[in-house]
Amino acid sequence: MATVEQLESWLETFTEFAKNAAGQKLPWLRQLREDAFARFCETGFPTTRDEDWRFTNVAAIARTAFRPASPAKLTDLASWRIEGVAAQLVFVNGRFAREWSQIDGLPKGVTVASLRERIEQRPAEVEEHLGRYADTQRDPFCALNTAFIGDGAYVHVARGVVLDAPIYLLYLSTQEDGPTMTHPRNLIVAEDQSQVAVIEDYASVGGESVVFSNAVTELIAGESTVAQHYLIEREHLKAFNVQTLRIQQGRSANVASHSVLLGGGLVRNNVHPVLAGEGGECLINGLFMGTGRQHLDNYMHVEHAAPHCGSRQFYNGILDGHAHGVFHGRIVVHKAAQKTDAKQTNRNLLLSDDAQIDTKPQLEIYADDVKCTHGATIGQIEENALFYLQSRGISELEARKLLLMAFAEECVDRMHSTVAREHVARLVSQHLLFTEGIMSKGGTGRELERIVEEVG
Amino acid sequence: MSLLEIRNLHVTVGENEILKGIDLTVNAGEVHSIMGPNGSGKSTLAQVLARRDAYHVTEGSILFEGKDLLEMKPEEAACEGLFLAFQYPVEIPGIGNTYFLRSALNAQRKHRGLDEMDAMDFLPLFREKLKLLEMDDKLMNRSLNEGFSGGEKKRNEILQMAVLEPKLAILDETDSGLDIDALRIVAAGVNSLRSPERAMVVVTHYQRLLNYIVPDFVHVLVDGRIVRSGGKDLALELEEKGYGWTEHDTRQPVGARA
Repeated sequence: MATVEQLESWLETFTEFAKNAAGQKLPWLRQLREDAFARFCETGFPTTRDEDWRFTNVAAIARTAFRPASPAKLTDLASWRIEGVAAQLVFVNGRFAREWSQIDGLPKGVTVASLRERIEQRPAEVEEHLGRYADTQRDPFCALNTAFIGDGAYVHVARGVVLDAPIYLLYLSTQEDGPTMTHPRNLIVAEDQSQVAVIEDYASVGGESVVFSNAVTELIAGESTVAQHYLIEREHLKAFNVQTLRIQQGRSANVASHSVLLGGGLVRNNVHPVLAGEGGECLINGLFMGTGRQHLDNYMHVEHAAPHCGSRQFYNGILDGHAHGVFHGRIVVHKAAQKTDAKQTNRNLLLSDDAQIDTKPQLEIYADDVKCTHGATIGQIEENALFYLQSRGISELEARKLLLMAFAEECVDRMHSTVAREHVARLVSQHLLFTEGIMSKGGTGRELERIVEEVG
Repeated sequence: MSLLEIRNLHVTVGENEILKGIDLTVNAGEVHSIMGPNGSGKSTLAQVLARRDAYHVTEGSILFEGKDLLEMKPEEAACEGLFLAFQYPVEIPGIGNTYFLRSALNAQRKHRGLDEMDAMDFLPLFREKLKLLEMDDKLMNRSLNEGFSGGEKKRNEILQMAVLEPKLAILDETDSGLDIDALRIVAAGVNSLRSPERAMVVVTHYQRLLNYIVPDFVHVLVDGRIVRSGGKDLALELEEKGYGWTEHDTRQPVGARA
């Protein structure tokens, strides 16, 4: 719900945005934005009375007056590069930063560009897919993003083209005066029999100011296409981050969504694949590690719309301090989707008495010949395992780190792309140092220093 | 100075007193066997020595090379040269056997002021010990003890001991659940590690293991007390007469304690 004042404020922001928005002269795009904004005004932000938002209170977002983030110039981003990627696109405060991006030398049939530029230069290509899949009716954040479509990544892989190295998209937000927002919008189209991997990485630079990243990615995977999507959230603790990945899968397409939530104060990650063609496979793999007062919500909505499709959800959570994690896995099997094989597993480690996890499977099955299973576990670090490692001379701090890393690696190991996997493993290892559960118990400063050195 | 000196050790778990005044001295080069029926406190003693904190020492002292063992954390005791071969080795998914063992060895080397070993240096040493225990190196690519049979787990304990080369090794029912072939391999591994500098405490329920690992001293633990100590023949006597024979004797003063 939104108050009248809040709506007026949003209307003012939207009107101002629309004046200079990319492709505003295109009737279809103007209409898309206006319809989405109207829908957002109707619904307002969700509340915990809404079943899909039962465990996550977004009142802090609703009551904050965000203005669009300002352009910013960064002086050196060399340290943000990762090796082995096919292309790197950097967005600073939601805007494509050409000077830090690297999109040359891509193989024939692969197009990587800023969405803003693509809208201006090849609007017909964008129109074919943009906004066709993301659900603005049901999801207010998706509506808000669509109303504010401005920039983001555009990736197109032609039929039969195989791109081995991943495309790396880096979204940086800088410190500003007052709360700011961005609405990154990405469109990834992988035509039939193609292969692509995309990494989205959200991070902060400079000091902490309240930022709200509300991103939507539409990923269209054609027949027999193999696509991997990676999401990394590592913003500072004053960040609100809402992510929506909408996947449309064709016949026999094989798609994987990997998400790693490390940073952000309030994070909601929506993954919504629709298995629309026969024989599709979808892997949804997630790792979330919260501490302090972080709130990390994973919401899956897996739609089986065709026969003989399989979906696998694996989520591992490590929660410390007062962190609150959510796993809400909704699986909908449509009537036509016979022989569906859907599975979901959520495993959690709680490192403190005050950490909390809500885990909820939600199966809606309208077909009669299907296999759907779900399971969840909640536990602590296994004392037997800890003692075993220590009894061989490994320090308690190191032993805790090893055990947590092993738990996290169950998810990391499912990542196919070596570049993405190693990047994630490095971030997770660094992040573990800031997890209170390993620091508070028995770790000495000297040991910690040594580990900091090791992980760089 | 003795390697290990336990004096009047009393240990409770929760409300229950499990060890009720243990005295035991172990010198370098000696192999001691501690035998006793189920529930007599054998494993508790082993775990206390390895510094598991679930056990509460209410009285007494343990000196390891003259240092107060009760002040040490498990990893410190390990770095000082104490090793426990677990009765139930723990399966730890996600931590590779080889990586784990090299990490442990390096933690201990570091403690002793030695350089850490990289993977290339470690491999030949590791291979040699694998051969000693007749272990398949494919097992080592797996997670720690994960999916290992009972015998493989026990062999892995001895493998770790062979790599870490402790001053004092405590073997907690290493024989239980082993078939005769595995028992021979494990015993051969243990015997190869016998040396004038190293001592072993072999905790067992049955005499069988002691046919292969011949102890210098045998102690009988009943209801938290050492009720009898003697040479290797004591084990045979026990085998023949059963533990009931010693329990009968518990109120009598115990003779020579090693």
